[in-house]
Amino acid sequence: MISFSVNKRRVNVDVDPSTPLLWVLRENLELTGTKYGCGMAQCGACTVHIDGQAVRSCVAPVTRAAGKEVTTIEGLSPDLSHPLQRAWLEIDVPQCGYCQSGQIMSAAVLLKEIPNPTDEDIDQALTGNICRCGTYPRIRRAVHRAAEMMTKGRGR
Amino acid sequence: MNALRESRKPSVAGEMPRRDFLKLSVAASGGLLIGFYLPGMQPEAQAATFAPNAFVRIGTDDSVTVIVNHSEMGQGVFTALPMILADELDADWAKVRFEPAPVDPVYNHPVFKMQMTGGSTSTWSSFDQFRQAGAAARAMLITAAAQRWNVDAPSCRTENGTVIHSASNRRLSYGQLAESAARLTPPQQVTLKDPKDFKLIGKPLKRLDTPEKTNGKGIFGIDVKVPGMLTAVVARSPVFGGKLKSVNADKAKAVKGVRKVVEVPSGVAVIADGFWAAKRGRDALQIEWDEGPMADFNTKSQREQYAELAKQPGLSARKEGDASGVMASAAKKIEAVYEVPYLSHAMMEPLNCAVDLRADGCEIWTGTQFQTVDRMAAARIAGLKPEQVQIHTTLLGGGFGRRANPASDFVSEAVYVAKAAGVPVKVIWTREDDMHGGYYRPMYYHSLIGGVDADGNPLVWSHHVVGQSIVAGTPFESVIVKNGIDGTSVEGLDDIPYAIPNLSVQYHPAKVGVPVLWWRSVGHSHNAFVKESFIDELAVLGGKDPFELRRRLLAKSPRDLGVLELAAEKAGWGKPLPAGRARGIAVHASFESYTAQVAEASVDSGGKVRVHRVVCAVDCGRYVNPGIIEAQVQGAVIFGLTAAFYDELTFEKGRIQQSNFHDYPMLRINETPEIEVHIVKNNEKSGGIGEPGVPCAAPAVANAIFAATGKRIRKLPIRMSEAV
Repeated sequence: MISFSVNKRRVNVDVDPSTPLLWVLRENLELTGTKYGCGMAQCGACTVHIDGQAVRSCVAPVTRAAGKEVTTIEGLSPDLSHPLQRAWLEIDVPQCGYCQSGQIMSAAVLLKEIPNPTDEDIDQALTGNICRCGTYPRIRRAVHRAAEMMTKGRGR
Repeated sequence: MNALRESRKPSVAGEMPRRDFLKLSVAASGGLLIGFYLPGMQPEAQAATFAPNAFVRIGTDDSVTVIVNHSEMGQGVFTALPMILADELDADWAKVRFEPAPVDPVYNHPVFKMQMTGGSTSTWSSFDQFRQAGAAARAMLITAAAQRWNVDAPSCRTENGTVIHSASNRRLSYGQLAESAARLTPPQQVTLKDPKDFKLIGKPLKRLDTPEKTNGKGIFGIDVKVPGMLTAVVARSPVFGGKLKSVNADKAKAVKGVRKVVEVPSGVAVIADGFWAAKRGRDALQIEWDEGPMADFNTKSQREQYAELAKQPGLSARKEGDASGVMASAAKKIEAVYEVPYLSHAMMEPLNCAVDLRADGCEIWTGTQFQTVDRMAAARIAGLKPEQVQIHTTLLGGGFGRRANPASDFVSEAVYVAKAAGVPVKVIWTREDDMHGGYYRPMYYHSLIGGVDADGNPLVWSHHVVGQSIVAGTPFESVIVKNGIDGTSVEGLDDIPYAIPNLSVQYHPAKVGVPVLWWRSVGHSHNAFVKESFIDELAVLGGKDPFELRRRLLAKSPRDLGVLELAAEKAGWGKPLPAGRARGIAVHASFESYTAQVAEASVDSGGKVRVHRVVCAVDCGRYVNPGIIEAQVQGAVIFGLTAAFYDELTFEKGRIQQSNFHDYPMLRINETPEIEVHIVKNNEKSGGIGEPGVPCAAPAVANAIFAATGKRIRKLPIRMSEAV
């Protein structure tokens, strides 16, 4: 039995310890907002937070989360109120939407570390997240917009 | 709001029996959809729902639900199509929702006569249909109000979800009228709005599906969970056309969580409690394959064969003047060979399909672009009638053509697996499975000779195109192949708009056992690269400015010319640039839309190319949502740049050598240039927008590289070491 917290909820899972966190989240905990894209930390669709750090859950064995706090897209906010989500809505970022959870989770760590990022900061933080639809121009705008919301104190 | 999301509720609770999981009640008589019955909806609410036709339902709560018969794969159909209907309905946009359509002939594509999404056709092909549906509902609501008020219908008007009788200053909301409108007979004929009165169409309204794509709630095929469902991962032949010789599944069965191992026509399926066990089980299979005739197939010899074919006479796809006759009289000539590789669609969501097969029916959950075809294939395999098969179309994590397969590969296989498994099962493809699974954009080989006259004007263009037909051997062959020529192989070349007096395009169909398919922008994806690069070569040969030459040769093609001039103007063609940077231009028509792009690029001393800016002009005729158009074109440019810079599938010993994003990379945010999109406003017939942004990206950049370095790119992906 492996215990950890997901979106502030305590969970115990009985799975093979080699199982990537991604599949435990998606299948055992039914949090399907976190996506499978490559299985080798190349695309970032599976990005979640473990103790506030962005982690590619497709290559992180579930044991890595043991005793820690995991946050998925479902836990970023209960109501689309996170500044990144508000900015995503305002700029209308997603196309197919599949990679967007990972993009947002990567961007959330960036904004925590660098509240007012430059284009270069955004490039660096989000280079690990592929978007096949090519929403990058809007992602860049939306991250700037979210930063603006947060620094103006209207964010959370 | 979303049938699939509703359908998941019972599965999460794990209480409701499967049969009540999702009941769709479709009365096909007269093409009228009577209603959807979703768990949680009260019968009273259903009775009060006004559903005048298959495309709209109005609730007593004033909600307007638009049923969308095209699959949402990023292109925004869940917004653009509701906008069209809502505009004619005079609906309150804040009350408009969407729902994916079930499979039913009433939802067939108006042009292709089957339920499908592709060819950049969704918005324009459904335009009239959705207007009619909205207008019919509006007329019935007016009639209902007029009867209630005992006034003449023509004395009533509609606005923002209400019917108004101005003379008596009375108004009723659509929700208040839903019940009585539901008792009326739909009108035979309706009057449509004058386009100048459109309130929604033409506006950059926000997408309705952004919330569920921003909070993780949107359900893609891979997210579907049916009670009792197991997960399968399939071992397929590493060589196309290979067959299973023998399998030892002992080690696979020893993996904890593996329930069954079954043989299916495509290989061996390992069925387990979840993906990880299924994958570990699949990887533990000991399989011997009979690799078949493709066992020694390799890209190098395929290229040599294509080069030989290009020297033979081909099938004539275009003939103007006498290309071979005048060749000798050209003042200057140039010969060139252009090549493009096999490409994977590489949607972010790998293929998957969930199937619940019972004796009396089959339910399928998947992100497909090809509902009618997939349903027929599933019915054949299941031994059911097509009507007994229902497909629940989920969100598609990208499509780009891969999920519109005449062979229904990923759906058929899943039905076979479910049949063998005897329980509901979801087949998930790994990224590697997806990349090795075939149905690629074909490899193409183009050989050209061109010449200019003494004044430097293009005189002759002789062009041989070698490659596989994407429809040969499919039911689409008879429609698309004419006189032996697959129209998609030569699209964009058989209608070269340049005024060149002697033009010859010949096609050589190549028979190769690699499964191929349409890939975003199809034949235009390579033909535009060749056409727009070679016209640049002729401009250089004749000492002309590439923009000015195109401009002159397009004098009789006003829409090509319009986008060309707009892109050049917005990009500042001819104006100075920072040192090391240069511009390239390309123009191309596809899917009844016109695009031009100007790229600014530089190449460093190590041969690393950087694209700084891409300026796009698009003319897709009358349009619905310019915000979505901008996004589609930006995305298409990035899609085109990915192919230009990175991607290539190659074969060695019958096996694809690439497997995942480390060796089949995608353009990333740090490599993404500034991309401007300028949309031409006119009242021309609407064209497509999902694909037309792709074709110009590679040639615009290749031409910029030439302008910056004097090196010509004739092969994709771009490698400066191979430039000539």
